[in-house]
Amino acid sequence: MKFVDEFRDPAQVRALLARIGRLVDRIGGTRDRPVTIMEICGGHTHAIFRFGLHRLTPEGLEFVHGPGCPVCVLPMARVDDCVELAQRPGVLLTTFGDAVRVPGTRGSLLQAKADGADVRIVYSPLDALELARRTPGREVVFFALGFETTMPATAAAVLQAEREGIANFTLFCNHITVPPPLRALLQDPDMRLDGFVGPGHVSMVIGTEPYRFIAEEFHRPVVVSGFEPADLLQSVAMVLEQIAQGRAAVENQYARVVRPEGNPRALALMDRVFEPRDRFEWRGLGEIDSSGMRMRERYAAFDAERKFGVGYGAGRARPAPESDGCRCGDVVKGAMKPPACPLFGTACTPQSPVGALMVSSEGSCAAYHQYAGLREAAE
Amino acid sequence: MCLGVPARIVAIADAGRMLAVADILGVRREVNISCIADPDAPLTDEIGRWVLVHVGFAVSRVDEAEAQATLDMLHQIGEAEGERGHLRASLLA
Ligand code: SF4
Repeated sequence: MKFVDEFRDPAQVRALLARIGRLVDRIGGTRDRPVTIMEICGGHTHAIFRFGLHRLTPEGLEFVHGPGCPVCVLPMARVDDCVELAQRPGVLLTTFGDAVRVPGTRGSLLQAKADGADVRIVYSPLDALELARRTPGREVVFFALGFETTMPATAAAVLQAEREGIANFTLFCNHITVPPPLRALLQDPDMRLDGFVGPGHVSMVIGTEPYRFIAEEFHRPVVVSGFEPADLLQSVAMVLEQIAQGRAAVENQYARVVRPEGNPRALALMDRVFEPRDRFEWRGLGEIDSSGMRMRERYAAFDAERKFGVGYGAGRARPAPESDGCRCGDVVKGAMKPPACPLFGTACTPQSPVGALMVSSEGSCAAYHQYAGLREAAE
Repeated sequence: MCLGVPARIVAIADAGRMLAVADILGVRREVNISCIADPDAPLTDEIGRWVLVHVGFAVSRVDEAEAQATLDMLHQIGEAEGERGHLRASLLA
């Protein structure tokens, strides 16, 4: 408990930890058979490690890191498509900073850039649109990725491009949605998850209703959480309380920001531009029904897959294999902890990542690598 | 990339495109406010308000205390500097 004093409200954190301890005892979680709670969102994973919450909570409780980092679950084949797009003459490829470092089978976008492709990092899809306005002679492709939090912004960029009749702007759409992979994990007979901490910012857009199936069909509690250490601990306590009482419901710890109905205007924007694909591949999880979005027919002119004949539009037959020895898939599923991967910290580091989980600071391998040893060294 | 960053709206840049200027971690840039602006009030009413911005798009309103708590956390987990870097790198100046 040495580090509790660092928190904004140490007394509150101490009280929450005591409550969590009592609940874990009541449920009967032990070191060998811990109560497992999956935090879905990569932002939560990052915060858990940064604040050392996994060290402060009792041994009978285990955090399992979920698939909630869009960079980490992007399959190799999509990165390859993107590299191929970037290498076409006349194309100016734009994307977020995290996305340029994700390895595909033939390297990352950053490597493509070093080899002469015009790849630029933007902060917002609206910046990519601005680049298209300024360089009418070039095909500006925005490599769009992210969950429901980023989707309204890309939808808005497409609608703005349509309004202004900007013809040299397209999206290579890799947007994914949170609920379908959770269903896939819950249906996996090898998974043992006792409850979920739900994402705060995705829920700001989609609300809390989409998680209802987790409680009703799979009888697991879900608590949508904020990002402060006290938020996370309170959410964990709320999940444990439900388990102890034999209940399973969707609760909202982050009600000061997340409304049950989400943001209806953002949802309407997304719905105008995007529709679910039948299937979409996730790194480590395989293809999952209705888990990825594509652009509606009406916006075909702004769809890089249709315009340039890449990706699902080109009828790619099979997923690209992962690198030798890479265990990202098992880590994403929560079946294995990062240090158990033979490449962890040796062949695979944040400076030269082999797997996607080492790329973004929200990836569990990067979080482990950055923080896991830190507190031990300090103790 | 999934963390929303609290920002304060300081001006309206282009009402037609629903663009406001926001102060995000001390950097000023345009953000789209179409999903949070009150349709029945003038856009200038938004000036001074706090929002959560995600990739150049305001997804939610937040009150000032919540914004401050989130900003503190971003500083603590070391994300604030990186975010500011992204912002500066892409101001398209
Ligand atoms: S250490 Fe690297 S290769 Fe291994 S699981 Fe993590 S990211 Fe994947």
